[in-house]
Amino acid sequence: MLFQRHSAPNFRFIILFALSLCIMFYDQKKQQSERLHIALSAAVAPLQFAISAPFDVLGWAKDSFTTHQKLLTENADLNAELLLQQAQIQKILELERENAQLRALLKSASYLTSNVKMAQILAVDVDPYLSQAILDKGSQNGVFVGQPVIDATGVMGQVIQVGFLTSRVMLITDSRSAVPVQDVRTGVRAIAAGTGPQRPLSLTNVPDTADIKVGDKLLTSGLDLLYPVGYPLGVVKTVDFQSGEPFATITVEPAANLNESRQVLLMWLPAQAVYEEAKQDLVQISKERQVPTTSFVAPTN
Amino acid sequence: MTHPRSIPYGLILLSLFVALLLGILPMPLWSVWYRPEWMALVILYWVMVLPETVNIGVAWLMGIVLDALNGTLLGEHALALAAIAFIMDKWQRQVRLFPVWQSAVIVGVLIAIYKLIIGVIQGLVGQPPDSVGYAFSIGTSVLLWPWLQAVLAVRESYGAQE
Repeated sequence: MLFQRHSAPNFRFIILFALSLCIMFYDQKKQQSERLHIALSAAVAPLQFAISAPFDVLGWAKDSFTTHQKLLTENADLNAELLLQQAQIQKILELERENAQLRALLKSASYLTSNVKMAQILAVDVDPYLSQAILDKGSQNGVFVGQPVIDATGVMGQVIQVGFLTSRVMLITDSRSAVPVQDVRTGVRAIAAGTGPQRPLSLTNVPDTADIKVGDKLLTSGLDLLYPVGYPLGVVKTVDFQSGEPFATITVEPAANLNESRQVLLMWLPAQAVYEEAKQDLVQISKERQVPTTSFVAPTN
Repeated sequence: MTHPRSIPYGLILLSLFVALLLGILPMPLWSVWYRPEWMALVILYWVMVLPETVNIGVAWLMGIVLDALNGTLLGEHALALAAIAFIMDKWQRQVRLFPVWQSAVIVGVLIAIYKLIIGVIQGLVGQPPDSVGYAFSIGTSVLLWPWLQAVLAVRESYGAQE
């Protein structure tokens, strides 16, 4: 009896240790364990919905018990805002028409229009060292891996895992995330890489001579064929040019409300149009620079 | 040697379920680093009290669930939980007789090992938790240990095995 009690855990631990290592190595090759993750996320989804539900009810209760007066003032404010934005949209519609015309002249497909669907971030915390969020839309809503996610003010991230009912979003602050961006003021292109949750992004490999200043707005350039073109990513927070260093140290404050947004938009971009557009751009660039066109692989999606 | 009638399966399942929920309960932004390691605490408690019922295998399975919830590398939390459950299983005869403050120290050490294992694996897959805050939850977990013991106090009634 005594022997059994003390030898069983040893043996069991060695087996489980080996099993953990095997699963971790297997999981590193994401493509293979995709199905496993779908199954697992389906298993834990009820738990996540269960935790999130009371917070949704709280929000609903708060809405239902606001006073008449408050609703009236809020309504007036919203009407005023709507008027302002409609005025701005008139200008945008005109610009869009003009843009489409110009693109037609250049014989290139316009991909500024795209389908969007509203999704909600579940009120569920993940480990604080991960920059992730969980959405209440999954494969049954047509969500796919690599899908861009934005909120009202900017780009939030991309979908990295899709379950049946839920999906997992990697935020732009994740250290594995990198978004190609363009400076609105000067057109300088760069890549904004995440450095960890609650931290500013950093622009990587920007030469000391690049014209980027504090306060510059950065938009997505769409060169990754993943994020839509021209959505705000952030504002340059600090710029540090150090003599002797080949690259400048530039930090960027994300435009999206990464910690507070609950309502987000999932985007469906016409992938083929994006691909054609990018290919034409690249051909143009390579012609200008007299560089032979490299083979370009179409996105499978 | 065992008391099949007296093993509180209901309480064990309930405590594991609540630990899962508390692990993903949304908390204000300032407090995210202070979230106690609920699952590790509950597993350590049950391994200390009923090592034959809640064994390393249970710890490992709960770790897999934690990995699925957190979206971490599959097997990461499982390995860490199984490791501390294993150490606790080795020591449980002594630890269960310790006064509360002494067992709290042991629990602190085990939680630190748990966090170290997860931190190292996170680092290996490319995203090490490099904030000082990462260690804060060891403190909150230790502070919670006496309360957890009080809440799950079945130590006296179910403890005697020999």
